[in-house]
Amino acid sequence: MNRVSLTWARFSWPTFLVFLTLILPWYDSGSESVFAEAIGDKSWLFPIVLLTGILSILALIDPNWRRHALAGPLVITGLCWLFLQAFTIGLRGPHWLLILDLFPSAVDGQTGFGFGAWALVLALVGALSEVLAARGFCRGDRFASFSVIGIASLLGLFVLFPILKLVFAAFVSNDGVISIYPFFSRLVAPDLWGAACLIGAGRCGVVINSVVLGILAGISATGLGLALALLVSRTDFRMKRWLRALSILPIITPPFVVGVAIIVLFGRTGIITVEVASLLEIRPSRWVYGLPGILMAQILAFTPVAFLVILSALEAINPTLEEASTTLGARPLTTFRKVTLPLLRPALAAAFLLTFIESLADFGNPIVLGGGYDVLSTKIFFAVVGAQYDLGRAATLSVVLLLLTVTAFAIQQVWVGRSTYVTVSGRSDAGLVSPAPPVIKWIAVLMVAPFVFFTFGVYLIVLIGGFVHDIARMELAPTFTHLWTAFSFEISDTGLQLYGSAWNSMITTLWVSALSAPLTMGIGILTAWLIARQEFAGKHIFEFITLLSFAIPGTVVGVSYIAAFNIPPIDMTGTLWILVICFVFRNMPVGMRAGLAALAQIDRSMEEASQTMGAGGARVLRDVVLPLIKPSVFTALVYAFVTAMTAVSAVIFLVSARHNMATAYIMGRVENGEYALAIAYSTVLMLVMIVCVALMNLMIGRRILGRRLSFKEGSPS
Amino acid sequence: MDQPAIEFRRVVKRYGDTTAVAGIDLQIEQGELVTFLGPSGCGKTTSLRLIAGLELPSSGQVYIAGRDVSHDPASSRNIGMVFQSYALFPHMSVLENVIYGPTLRGLSKRAAIDSARELLDLIGLQGLGDRLPSELSGGQQQRVAVARAIIQQPDVILFDEPLSNVDAKLRRKVRDEIRSLQRRFGLTAVYVTHDQEEALAVSDRIVVMNQGQIEQVGPPSMLYERPKNAFIANFIGDANLISGVIQGGIFKATDVLIPLQDQDGPAVISVRPERIGLLSGGSATILSASYLGSRIEYLVDALIGEVLVSRPIFEPRFEAQDSVTLQFDPTTIIRVG
Repeated sequence: MNRVSLTWARFSWPTFLVFLTLILPWYDSGSESVFAEAIGDKSWLFPIVLLTGILSILALIDPNWRRHALAGPLVITGLCWLFLQAFTIGLRGPHWLLILDLFPSAVDGQTGFGFGAWALVLALVGALSEVLAARGFCRGDRFASFSVIGIASLLGLFVLFPILKLVFAAFVSNDGVISIYPFFSRLVAPDLWGAACLIGAGRCGVVINSVVLGILAGISATGLGLALALLVSRTDFRMKRWLRALSILPIITPPFVVGVAIIVLFGRTGIITVEVASLLEIRPSRWVYGLPGILMAQILAFTPVAFLVILSALEAINPTLEEASTTLGARPLTTFRKVTLPLLRPALAAAFLLTFIESLADFGNPIVLGGGYDVLSTKIFFAVVGAQYDLGRAATLSVVLLLLTVTAFAIQQVWVGRSTYVTVSGRSDAGLVSPAPPVIKWIAVLMVAPFVFFTFGVYLIVLIGGFVHDIARMELAPTFTHLWTAFSFEISDTGLQLYGSAWNSMITTLWVSALSAPLTMGIGILTAWLIARQEFAGKHIFEFITLLSFAIPGTVVGVSYIAAFNIPPIDMTGTLWILVICFVFRNMPVGMRAGLAALAQIDRSMEEASQTMGAGGARVLRDVVLPLIKPSVFTALVYAFVTAMTAVSAVIFLVSARHNMATAYIMGRVENGEYALAIAYSTVLMLVMIVCVALMNLMIGRRILGRRLSFKEGSPS
Repeated sequence: MDQPAIEFRRVVKRYGDTTAVAGIDLQIEQGELVTFLGPSGCGKTTSLRLIAGLELPSSGQVYIAGRDVSHDPASSRNIGMVFQSYALFPHMSVLENVIYGPTLRGLSKRAAIDSARELLDLIGLQGLGDRLPSELSGGQQQRVAVARAIIQQPDVILFDEPLSNVDAKLRRKVRDEIRSLQRRFGLTAVYVTHDQEEALAVSDRIVVMNQGQIEQVGPPSMLYERPKNAFIANFIGDANLISGVIQGGIFKATDVLIPLQDQDGPAVISVRPERIGLLSGGSATILSASYLGSRIEYLVDALIGEVLVSRPIFEPRFEAQDSVTLQFDPTTIIRVG
């Protein structure tokens, strides 16, 4: 029996509790400990002091406090009271007058949670997990129990709570009355549902616009993705490797830069528009702004997603099925039509739904290229950030957007997820992949060629745009002016002086990315481990919520964070932390997916062996799981880092003058028409990302390759 | 010590709506090797994992060395386990694998290495400590798994179908190795298998399980010779189950009359194939004859139904379509229902 851990089990959280109540400042601005505040005029805090006191004494006198009948009720009452008082007594006093009868001093109100309050929440959550573990939760494993309770609390606080708060805000009228009426009046507004454009008369509502855009983007991206996947896996096409590399580009491309490049190419004074106009002798127009432009940018951005989904399905098809069809006398085209394509159907549906969701959630492209074509995400943005601050309207639009994406996501999970044809079963019987029929091959080439040219053109603009005098007017004299505007510096006697206008946002971005990436990875992998390897009550709900956060568009997250974290008890807007937290919970599902995929490859009995030899959950994770899934840990880390550097939709709501992010800064430059500066900054951002990923690879990747690994452990050779 | 090494008291394990273990009472004594035997899904592996602490009972108690461990996780029980896949850590050397447990439980690394080397020498793996598991043969990997499980003198060592990854030809050897190691160290062992021959060969006692319940517990010879019911008779070895009626000390089934002192009423008897003799000529017909090297198995069509008969190779042989008479030995007949 591990003596150290026994001692910690006995004294850990309760001892911590005493320390907290006596020492740490309770509120976030200039306050004393909860004990001092409670015997001061914040008398409603006294129950907290009392409960924690009793719990600590219980732990001291009873070595088996975790199983004591009082422990559970004490902890739960403590947590409930803590949140109840925080949410009922706000900055300007209590929300219900009744409370003043109980605690007259509550009229002065209270500020948000400080270190003391947060630490107490942590301690109580810890104590709760101990009590539950002692009752057999997570098979009695204390670490797993703490992880489940902890992550569930975090998800509740940073995913569910903001969304609920947002939905609530949709029901609050502009003068603060709660009723169902404002929600409906906002919901039936004609600028939401108007369908005039479909019959060729005037403009459509914003919901119709979003859905039309989503469907078009989904179909185009899926079609192109299929063509690309066929070229890569079923032909001897020579550019295969380049096509694969192409799929990584959008991930590291900062938002707006593609939009800007499209404007430079196709805008009213755009290079191609002007050429074509003079050729056909017509007046150049603003044709690209609106649906055509957004669609172009989205196809560029989302085709790789569809490509990867379809490619993996295509490669998973058992070649013997196609061979069987051939031996039965089918010609290649018939085989393709009757066997290959039907087998791909679930993947095609999945690719369509994914790009549909991404298109609806997209913010960067519509805001640059939208013109008069409003979509939900931009409408939400202007409702909050524009001249008319209307949280109720933003919330209502967010609810509509959320319903759309969640529905699409649910269809994808339930319908497509179930009808996936698994044609590989363990050991694949060898067969040769049959090449795509020539007709199909040439159709694919014809589809892909314009896409590749277009991508090439866009990235050419991105590559040189920042370093020539004025790309929009084709003034191609090389210059570093733009770069210097953004990143000028001076080394003088007083040290390094950073003058460039972009330094602030660049440094914040690096900080936020560096802080959020390891947290994202850690929570993601831990969650994957809990879902794959632990059995606990409520696991299905836990899994559902983690999956749900996939489907929440960034814009909705941004608005919901404003709705939830602008006022006490949790006021974090304007801090660096809200940016970090936002990224952690937005990107965590990706880390989780990587972790789940890796864990599925690892024989579970290795972890059980570790347990039977005396390792608790934390040791199992450290000694066995992490070393074996290191590659996907690294992938998750890189992904989290890169996404944090390029994401825009959620952070655009959360940045502040003090903590501005690179993407928000670039958006400002685009809005001012400073395209060259925006492009220059984007290029620097991409370079920084590449350097950082290379550095991470050097630091962590080296160690991954250091040991010979055999994942198929135990199989006799 | 008088107390049993392991005790199950009304142990139940449910997963949602399915009941894997449905109320088991069992005692396992110090130093004995007990096998859980049964068809797949009978609850034998779940029972093993309940001892290990990899599952906790839904109700009832599990005692190890007299201590109620029903709520203790695997990490705080003193057990060793050998997994079906061996579950050796691929990123650790053989030595690191073996000292993993002792160092976790507070032994100094030096002391752990010393005892690990000693143990590896003892089980014939000298000089392989620095290899990675993937560089060993299947049999060697299995021995490392055993060494890893017994190094910290566990209260009990658990084997989860340890032979299923061993080549058929090696199984007998590995089986004997396990048995002799268990005897040499005086270990209490619980062994799970679905192979009845393996269970008969290796066990002090066998626990036959079916649908989450214990059907019968006893030494191998007892289970084979005195099966308690039709399931046991059928599951351990081959058996002909014949339904009939007992009346005044005679068992009757169509044209078969066998003296059998038992309570009157409808009855099922079990007759082992090797306990039935064949005489030339009669009302029964040979349906097929299978030559199996050491014996010949006949499927015989008799009035009581199809009967399996196994005869030594040196006896007169019959061919399909031959007419025969079946000959029962009353002393080897067991009533099972």
